[in-house]
Amino acid sequence: MTALRLHRELTRIWASEPGWKGWFTTVNHNDLGRMFIVASIVFFVIGGVLAMLIRAQLASPRSAFMAPETYAQVFTMHGTIMMFLFAIPLIEGVAVYLLPKMLGTRDLAFPRLTAYGFWCYVLGGSLLILSLLLGIAPDSGWFMYPPLSSTLGSPGINSDFWLLGITFVEISAISAAVEITVTILRYRAPGMSLDRMPVYAWYILVVAVMILTGFPPMILGSILLELERAFGMPFFQVENGGDSLLWQHLFWLFGHPEVYIIFLPAAAVISTILPVMARTTLLGYGWVVAAAVSLGVLSFGIWVHHMFTTGIPHMGLAFFSAASTLVAVPTAVQIFAWIGTLWKGRPELHLPMLWILAFFATFVIGGLTGVMVAVVPFDWQVHDTHFVVAHLHYVLVGGFVFPMLAALYYWLPHVTGRRRFFKLGETAFWLIMVGFHITFLAVHWAGLLGQRRRTHTYDEGQGWEIINLIASIGGFVTAIGFALVILDIVVNAAVAVRGSRDPWQAGTLEWAMPTPPAAYNFASLPEIRSRDPLRDDPALPVRIARGEGWLGDASRGRRESLTVATATGEPAQVVVLPGNTGLPLLMAVTTGGIFVGMLLKLYWLVPLAALGVATLAARWAWGLGATRDEGPVEGRPGLVLALASESVDPPGWWGSLFLLLADATLLGSLLFGYAFLWTVAPNWPPPTWAEPGLLAPSLALVGAALSVTGIQLADLRLRQERGPWLGFLLGLAGSVALALAAGMVLLGTDPTAHAYNATLWVLGGFVVLHAGLAGLMTLYLTCRYAAGFVTGRRIGEARIVRLWTDYAAGTGLLALAAAWLPGAVA
Amino acid sequence: MLLGGATLIFLFVMVLLALAMRRRDAPGQASGERVWIVGLGLAFPLTVLAALLAYGLVVGERLLPRPGPGVVDVGAEGRQWDWHFTYADAPGRMTEGVLHIPAGRPVDVAITSADVIHSFWVPRLAGKLDAIPGHVNVLRIEAWVPGDYAGVSSEYNGPGYTGHDFTVRAHDEAAWADFLAGEAP
Repeated sequence: MTALRLHRELTRIWASEPGWKGWFTTVNHNDLGRMFIVASIVFFVIGGVLAMLIRAQLASPRSAFMAPETYAQVFTMHGTIMMFLFAIPLIEGVAVYLLPKMLGTRDLAFPRLTAYGFWCYVLGGSLLILSLLLGIAPDSGWFMYPPLSSTLGSPGINSDFWLLGITFVEISAISAAVEITVTILRYRAPGMSLDRMPVYAWYILVVAVMILTGFPPMILGSILLELERAFGMPFFQVENGGDSLLWQHLFWLFGHPEVYIIFLPAAAVISTILPVMARTTLLGYGWVVAAAVSLGVLSFGIWVHHMFTTGIPHMGLAFFSAASTLVAVPTAVQIFAWIGTLWKGRPELHLPMLWILAFFATFVIGGLTGVMVAVVPFDWQVHDTHFVVAHLHYVLVGGFVFPMLAALYYWLPHVTGRRRFFKLGETAFWLIMVGFHITFLAVHWAGLLGQRRRTHTYDEGQGWEIINLIASIGGFVTAIGFALVILDIVVNAAVAVRGSRDPWQAGTLEWAMPTPPAAYNFASLPEIRSRDPLRDDPALPVRIARGEGWLGDASRGRRESLTVATATGEPAQVVVLPGNTGLPLLMAVTTGGIFVGMLLKLYWLVPLAALGVATLAARWAWGLGATRDEGPVEGRPGLVLALASESVDPPGWWGSLFLLLADATLLGSLLFGYAFLWTVAPNWPPPTWAEPGLLAPSLALVGAALSVTGIQLADLRLRQERGPWLGFLLGLAGSVALALAAGMVLLGTDPTAHAYNATLWVLGGFVVLHAGLAGLMTLYLTCRYAAGFVTGRRIGEARIVRLWTDYAAGTGLLALAAAWLPGAVA
Repeated sequence: MLLGGATLIFLFVMVLLALAMRRRDAPGQASGERVWIVGLGLAFPLTVLAALLAYGLVVGERLLPRPGPGVVDVGAEGRQWDWHFTYADAPGRMTEGVLHIPAGRPVDVAITSADVIHSFWVPRLAGKLDAIPGHVNVLRIEAWVPGDYAGVSSEYNGPGYTGHDFTVRAHDEAAWADFLAGEAP
């Protein structure tokens, strides 16, 4: 087959629907990556306009431009939008677009999940923007400390928009993290062992796992605060056994890893681009990977440094102060590895390199002021002043936005297939660089002079007027610079001349394809033997296009990709990926019903929408698999591989595993919160402990045992090609019993009485939800078996249900034990 | 001192970067992983940070409230948007917006809140400490000379935040005795 014929065949199979309909039904990472990036830039512009409003307000003393209430909404939304609607989605978008190409595969592991995440993000983000337009936006600061953000300080709907909108958006972060993890571990080009993986993939793997373990505490915090606001469960109200400090712990348990979740993708970009710009390879690949991993781990140990002024005991402060300064070490390893790489090579000063230099100058300052803030006595002075504002802007703009601009200019030729022709970018670079530093050097200074953050105005005569005016002028120069960047991108994407395939002479696989890329990425999947396959073999793109690699045969007429063994990169399975569908959008809209129902207090809508989600999820999964065995298929001439749907560990099993990791972190955070309230909150112990009795615990034990043995029996019988009915029935009965036992906890307690009772209620609710899920999955599996989808060879779905059932039983017993133990002991 | 050290490190990194960017005829091979990563990446920050941390802990320890002779106990309760101050030496006495203390003696301020989270900050006397509902945090302050010291809330607490300030008034010995005796200061 010639390259052109193969291209036509594959395009027919992989193309999105033509016209406007394609936007809503596409599941392809090429489309969705670009949609993610464009949406995040739109939110960036909105956040930027808010920043300009802030600088306009502060430009002169006693400004009457905004009332304090308006100003509160503006600074809250500026932070919220930049963190949750710009930075994280941009990271996801870049990873969605690039990862499959760098790893040498055709798409992400779960294409429909990518689309679902995107729509959740856009819908949740729109909810927040709507609140801003209506003038009822969140107004308690972007970290939403209760009691100010709870019913006491914000009786209106403002905080609900934040709690529900952001949680809705976080669905996209979790789903992206799940599929990125599975993609990196399983979907790579044959032969790409872990140590041949592009350094970008290593970084993003660390980031994805951090999202899975860092976001759940905040998601839990948002759920608890919303439960307090909506139903009066007093998690953060001190009179009834709550504690507002619990929120701070949950929030910063997320919030500090978040800083590295944002920084590491930027470091990934630098580690990828900088060696190419220096015409060499990265110095100390292993060291850099180790630094990324240790940053990921350390960042979970330092959340308390946002709480140095809350009265934490001094020994505790010493520990967290040490940990906070320690993160400077892996950061330094990376910085010096990059400078060493520049020494090793011959750096060329293209625009992406300029942005990387801007990163160095800015980020090093931000890092050093960060070390200062980690010194406790210093922090006691500058905490909540403009010094901290300037510090975090140096870190986030210098450490994230500038590298992302480097990435934008570096991969722009890949996305558009054009060479940059109009040179507005250089002018924009200088405007932003100069404007940014003027602004935030001035803001540092104002902070040292004692100007507090979040004050809507200030009086004359404190020596702040000139500084603030300078900062505002710098801010507007920066904004003009960003506008110019956007103009530059649009003009160059639309009308610049066609460029060559690999304009930077890079060595990674994303350049081994024609640009702009075809929907299927690679006409055949190359065999990888080094870290820079393209540099070692310049003829690689031609061989890929001719179909000389794996899966270079489109005759089966479906979207096929390949999974590999995690460590070695040996080819393992052929995966059939789903095609275009509007299901993800429909599912996201239905999911939105849950959040809108909560927001508008239309509580009848919530269970209705949840039922809709469950139905759609069943419909979603039903479309996979087959009712007949196909047997091994040809991966390349003469070599056969099993189909993923006929394996014991299909991608869905791996995806479930990592989703459950996030879920377990959520439960862990809940148990942490329980222990925290018990030991720290003032009004403990509660007036009465809940008595477990004998019935409910026995029911829980029997239920857990039944559900585990039931699904195990079904698994065994299926493998022996014998009827699994008894196993299904036992499993179902077990799940129902477990849910009933947890239901008795819910009925036996008044969640508004005390934070203890409220916690019991959430623990019980967690068990009911998971036992219910396990039960529904068993029912679904029964139907699938009856319809002929599940057999001894096509066992994957049974294994997935088994994983969920075991998890529900294990966490169910743990959660119920935590709920009952104090009452049983007392 | 912090600022000077930070500037030196910043200049050092920038010089390395500038040297790297200048074009050379042959790519340098001499400097490998050992110099860059083990030397500059690991050893250098570890040394600086260990020194810094020790300094921070020693200073922090000195700022801690320790029981001692002559310590005056007062209470500060933040609320939207006001401060109430109470005095252990004058039970029943409550002042709004002005905290009276004796000059030249260590004062322990027991800080708490009646509603949302606030923060007690008198920049010239000490760092800040949060006022959290249900918790009492103790901050040691000491004013060397009599006079008024400006104080502000420094944790965003709602629309009245900007104007949420107070004064610490340090008295000499005689005036302090008068205050405790209930006479207008």
